[in-house]
Amino acid sequence: MPSALREPIYVVDGARTPFLKARNAPGPFSASDLSVAAGRALLSRLPIEPTQFDEVILGCANPSPDEVNIGRYVAMRLGCGDKVTGWTVMRNCASGMQAIDSAINNMLAGRSKLVLAGGVDALSHAPLLYSKQMVLWFAALASAKTMGQKVGTLAKLSPTALLSPVIALMKGLTDPKVGLLMGQTAENIAFRFGITRSEMDAFAAESHKRVLAAQAAGSYKNEVIPLIDSKGNVYNDDDGARSDSTPEKLAKLKPFFDKKYGNVTAGNSSQITDGGVWLVLATKAAVEKHNLPVLGKIVDTQWAGCDPAQMGLGPVYASTPILKRNGLTLNDLDTIEINEAFAAQVLACKAAWEDEKFCKEELGLDGAMGSIDMNKLNVDGGAVALGHPVGASGARIVLHALNVLKRTGGKRALATICIGGGQGGAMLVEAA
Amino acid sequence: MNYENLKLRTDENGITWVGIDVAGSNVNTMGTPVLDEFAALLDRFNKEPPTAVVFHSLKSSGFIAGANIQEFEAIGKTNDVVAAEKLIKRGYDLYERLAAVKYPTLALIKGFCMGGGLELAMACRYRVAVDEPGTRMGLPEVILGILPAWGGVKRLPQLLGAPAGFDLMLSGKTVDAKKAKKLGLVDEAVPPRIMGNTVAGVLKALPAPRQLGFVQNLMTNGLLRGYVASQAKKQVAKRARPEHYPAPYAIIDLWQKYNGDVHKPSATESCSMQALLSHSTAKNLIRVFSLREKLKAQAKGIDFKAKHVHVVGAGVMGGDIAAWCALRGITVTLQDLDASKIAPAIKRAADMYKKRLRDERRIRDAMDRLQPDITGDGAKTADVIIEAIVENLAVKQKVFAELEAKAKPGAVLATNTSSIPLEHIATALKDPSRLVGIHFFNPVAQMMLVEIISGAQTDADIARKATAFVDQIDKLPLACKSAPGFWVNRILAPYLTEAMRCLDEGITPETLDEAALRFGMPMGPVELADVVGLDVCAAVGQVVGGEEALKNFPKKLSAKLESNDLGKKTEKGFYVWVSGKPQKGTAGVVPAGLIERLITPMLNEANKALAEGVVTDSDLADAGAIFGCGFAPFTGGPFNYQRSLTTR
Repeated sequence: MPSALREPIYVVDGARTPFLKARNAPGPFSASDLSVAAGRALLSRLPIEPTQFDEVILGCANPSPDEVNIGRYVAMRLGCGDKVTGWTVMRNCASGMQAIDSAINNMLAGRSKLVLAGGVDALSHAPLLYSKQMVLWFAALASAKTMGQKVGTLAKLSPTALLSPVIALMKGLTDPKVGLLMGQTAENIAFRFGITRSEMDAFAAESHKRVLAAQAAGSYKNEVIPLIDSKGNVYNDDDGARSDSTPEKLAKLKPFFDKKYGNVTAGNSSQITDGGVWLVLATKAAVEKHNLPVLGKIVDTQWAGCDPAQMGLGPVYASTPILKRNGLTLNDLDTIEINEAFAAQVLACKAAWEDEKFCKEELGLDGAMGSIDMNKLNVDGGAVALGHPVGASGARIVLHALNVLKRTGGKRALATICIGGGQGGAMLVEAA
Repeated sequence: MNYENLKLRTDENGITWVGIDVAGSNVNTMGTPVLDEFAALLDRFNKEPPTAVVFHSLKSSGFIAGANIQEFEAIGKTNDVVAAEKLIKRGYDLYERLAAVKYPTLALIKGFCMGGGLELAMACRYRVAVDEPGTRMGLPEVILGILPAWGGVKRLPQLLGAPAGFDLMLSGKTVDAKKAKKLGLVDEAVPPRIMGNTVAGVLKALPAPRQLGFVQNLMTNGLLRGYVASQAKKQVAKRARPEHYPAPYAIIDLWQKYNGDVHKPSATESCSMQALLSHSTAKNLIRVFSLREKLKAQAKGIDFKAKHVHVVGAGVMGGDIAAWCALRGITVTLQDLDASKIAPAIKRAADMYKKRLRDERRIRDAMDRLQPDITGDGAKTADVIIEAIVENLAVKQKVFAELEAKAKPGAVLATNTSSIPLEHIATALKDPSRLVGIHFFNPVAQMMLVEIISGAQTDADIARKATAFVDQIDKLPLACKSAPGFWVNRILAPYLTEAMRCLDEGITPETLDEAALRFGMPMGPVELADVVGLDVCAAVGQVVGGEEALKNFPKKLSAKLESNDLGKKTEKGFYVWVSGKPQKGTAGVVPAGLIERLITPMLNEANKALAEGVVTDSDLADAGAIFGCGFAPFTGGPFNYQRSLTTR
């Protein structure tokens, strides 16, 4: 088992764009636009020049072909200059958390002292792809030499194949090994722990309620940077939360993944959303050198693997060892962020920790891990209401956990996320 | 023979490279000594014909900036029209000789290639343009009130076709390498990395010169020549009157009647160079050109460059100032209370960048530099801070007290106020000497002049930094003393006030505007008032006119203010505005003496302001009036105009 970090890594500050729900067409900002808007506003409030970073690391699960190595591209757009390196990491839903962890690794290795790390995805910009049948047809057309061959190939064009593009995003939300949609893996663990439809809908409604309350109280104010598009439209806040998302209304939605008889609906799943997040990370020496403010520190990280068909339990597998290693129980945490990929999945994590058999067999514990205090879990709502821009969420929950500690005067928090493909990631953070 | 300005070498392919490197100058201009050397060079090539010749520049500043304006200016001052004519004809004959040589010739164009420089390039058989941001080609002679006399009037229409050729020659506008290739002005437009290969390749392949297509040929050399010329004249007539600006008409006539041959028209013909040069317009425009250089020269030698500008107030002025600075490569933070206040400015900037930059990546970069700032953090790191908020002393004082606390040492603190004395705002500062006025005009993107206002308390070094900043963003700085209205509004106010009184007397807006247009103003006073905003006009009128202005306030203006019809910005003022254009009726008969009535108060105020030292240099003040309020450029400005009245 890996040990706690050799030295804590400081989070100087962080900011993100509003999370903008995908509305059946490409949204107003590309992934790099989102990262640039959040990054430049964050940097302008800190006493750091963009050129002073050692590197820029960006998590992105669905990068656009127009924005190859988006980490470097965004670094250039932010004015970091030719000499600051930039790279992109991909660990599906935890890409943003991976960016932070990659920064930590390089800082502990002495390669970097000041790093801009974050995550982004503009899921509304996900492309449509040609099916394999169409690709083969194009290949045949390209190799047709005579006019006769060309006409012959043209005649073989299937209008059905032409008009049935593959939605790249759906590919991304399908596990390639077990062939399940992510929502179906959530159905799996709901079935395993007996999570009911009404429990899922109640959890989802609560997420909306908490986001709206946090917005009204101004709890997102310092974290979210308003955006303006080139048409002059303003995007001040996350736009996924709805006051009419009540348990009663949510109960009316049809199951989306296991059609007809399933429990997981679009309403109790995370939303498909565009958004970008940044954190400025620094070693102690860098904090002192640049006289930087400090929001908090990251004291430990854990990654874990599990059955891809039950990927939603990832947080349990990753969080248990990190807590044990640091001598903590669930009760020792002042706030917990579990990314809400699905309401069912968060509730299954809670149930798994309360399940003695699961904890003994799967986690090697002597008994049940314990119970999560729902008043400490996702206190300002989560991805069901905010949305889940895949690459960004892992960084968002780390940043938000620290912002909650700052606001509530708490000391310690856990941010953890499930990862498509059967993994979990967890970060243990402390207030400044 | 030894050449002072030309450096020759022969490369491994036997091609002779003629490097143009005019002695004692940062830029290449085609003055008499250079022309002499070219003539000698052609003599030598006549005796020993080279395999091929490439003309290129050894200056980093560009290919050739054009003829030597100073020579023209000197000739203009002495009125030595005969000498000018000789110079012009020598250039024409020289380029004719070059165009007739049997060996292949090629101009490699990198950077500026204007006027006589482009005419040299067009006399070559081939042209290769280097596709980089600095490369621009054009024939700007018309801006100086003269014509492209060294064969440009003949050759440009032959290369581009007459309509496109006139479009360039009659406006004086320039094109980049890609556009030049598209127009047919150059044979190739290539990046610097393959310019050598391209030159060698063209001179090896020796392609046949490009021919005009059937229709273009018909318009340029065939039946439609006359039609094209009359259409071009109609277009010109919309923008310039022949009595004020004879040059564009002369260009069309010289082409139509004599195919651009400057030898052919007699000295009395309006399309002759003699006629243009003896016209006051050319003299005045050449003077204005050199005054423009003089305005820019004020910034020379000042070691200050802004990397980051912070603008407070995202209204029309603040937003447009911010957008302009970002267009010019500076990082800008634009502060206002919330995103919705900043959003319209971002939209206007995006629209402007689309029009001006066209290239998607350059638009993206400009947009990335323009950063909304609702927390005001940008003030902490900015090199220049410009306040452009509501004209209210108490609010401005509060803002500056906060800005001073945030700003880094040495940052320029500037106000864009047009009506509040700097000294009053400065009382809010711990160090009042830091405050300077940087006064832009609306619309920011179009108006070249920016006044640098020094109050009694302003530190001279801060004013110098402000001057350098204005030059950095490619505007023309004019130093002014802090006095009501500064320079431009000071002289504009009495003119507009007089126009308002004429309106009260029942003269129609159209008639008033027509009178001013006939005088040569680019825009009439009533339309101008609508554009500036009637509220702003009223405020400036009061500042300049004081108590007197209040007592005798124009009635119709007062009514417009009451009904909140403030001009273009509210789509209703003295005119109704539809999609940015005033809906005008027909002008009535312009009464005798109307224009004198409008202009005289302006001229009197100009004299008073100069006497008071609002501006210190009457030449620069002339330029300020032209670039700041569009005072009829061909007159050379209010002081030059008054001088011409007395000499007449």
